[in-house]
Amino acid sequence: MADVAFTDANFDQEVLKAAMPVMVDFWAPWCQPCKMVGPTIEALAVDYAGKVKVGKMNVDENAQIPGQFGIMGIPTVILFQNGQPVKSFVGVQAKETYKVAIEEVLK
Amino acid sequence: MLYDVIIIGSGPSGLTAAIYTTRASLKTLVLAGSKWGGQLMLTSVIENFPGFPEGIEGPELMANMRKQAEKHGAEIIDTDFVSGDFIKQPFVLKTGEKEYQAKSVIIATGADARWLGVKGEEERIGKGVSCCATCDAMFFRAKNVIIVGGGDSAMEEALVLAKVAASVTIVHRRGEFKASSIMLKRAKENPKISFLLNSQIEEILGDYRVQSVKVKNNVTGEEREMPIDGVFVAIGHIPNTTVFKGIETDKEGYIAVKEHYQTNIPGVFVSGDVHDKRYRQAITAAGYGSSAALEVEKWLADHE
Repeated sequence: MADVAFTDANFDQEVLKAAMPVMVDFWAPWCQPCKMVGPTIEALAVDYAGKVKVGKMNVDENAQIPGQFGIMGIPTVILFQNGQPVKSFVGVQAKETYKVAIEEVLK
Repeated sequence: MLYDVIIIGSGPSGLTAAIYTTRASLKTLVLAGSKWGGQLMLTSVIENFPGFPEGIEGPELMANMRKQAEKHGAEIIDTDFVSGDFIKQPFVLKTGEKEYQAKSVIIATGADARWLGVKGEEERIGKGVSCCATCDAMFFRAKNVIIVGGGDSAMEEALVLAKVAASVTIVHRRGEFKASSIMLKRAKENPKISFLLNSQIEEILGDYRVQSVKVKNNVTGEEREMPIDGVFVAIGHIPNTTVFKGIETDKEGYIAVKEHYQTNIPGVFVSGDVHDKRYRQAITAAGYGSSAALEVEKWLADHE
């Protein structure tokens, strides 16, 4: 499964009410480190297809949800489970770091 | 699998070294790391890399270097080097999953941004504490921010922030600047930018965000609290050397260089910001990469 594009409009349905854990990458096109995280997120979307929903939210086009979650730095990646943020990562992380967190919620 | 050379790091230094070693027909592996491309991946336009009169985006420059190294046969994998056995030949290098063997090694792991290391900082990274103005400036529209540092990167970040923030205060622990006169002039001429010299941040305060900082005047010793919405840190870099056991470093953690880019271990070479605390330019890093690669070529020829 390809990574999902989350928006202010679909966030409630796609993330908070999702049946499976969701990983959201908050990014923007002018943010260089975000470009380093992007491919990792896309790979995770494939690796965890059917188990975890993985996608990105462009903070340039969507201001409401990033504000609601107090995001003041990107890239920030938040892992949600049952509508709650359970883990958040600021800055570029190794793929392994995200995987460890995902494996933890899949237990 | 035995490689003639394994290059650890994939900034301008590591990739230039890879271009040279592959063109010299050495079997080359680059352990590029999960953050491949190094510091230039975090910059926008590079105006001082020769050959690009209009400048070039950092990530584009790095993608080109990578393509060039791959074209000549370098094998590049985006995993982190975890540990190495440099005691006997061949050297054994481990990533999380695999082991690789090499006759020679070039350490080109570069350096990462240095944080202040004060109370209240770490837990607020991404909540008002940042080291990337281009990334995070938009979250500080019409807000008041501090930038810590006195070099070119501090001035550059201040200018980026001044485009959106209400005010930018440059806090610098000394009375004079390392920044070039052109950057300093640009910052001084910007009406939104002010300076707080001979001062340092002692603590960052707030609920979960940044709401104020404790600032100490280094001359008088006086401390005061200053309300602020964001703290941007631009105080230089620390070399990425903690993973190398048995490789000598200097007091600040930079790899100690013997003659011709050799480390204390014969067959292990070094290039770029991981040993260079003086120039730290994309072009010097690339230059060191080519030099180290030529030394590797010579060393292997002498030891076969």
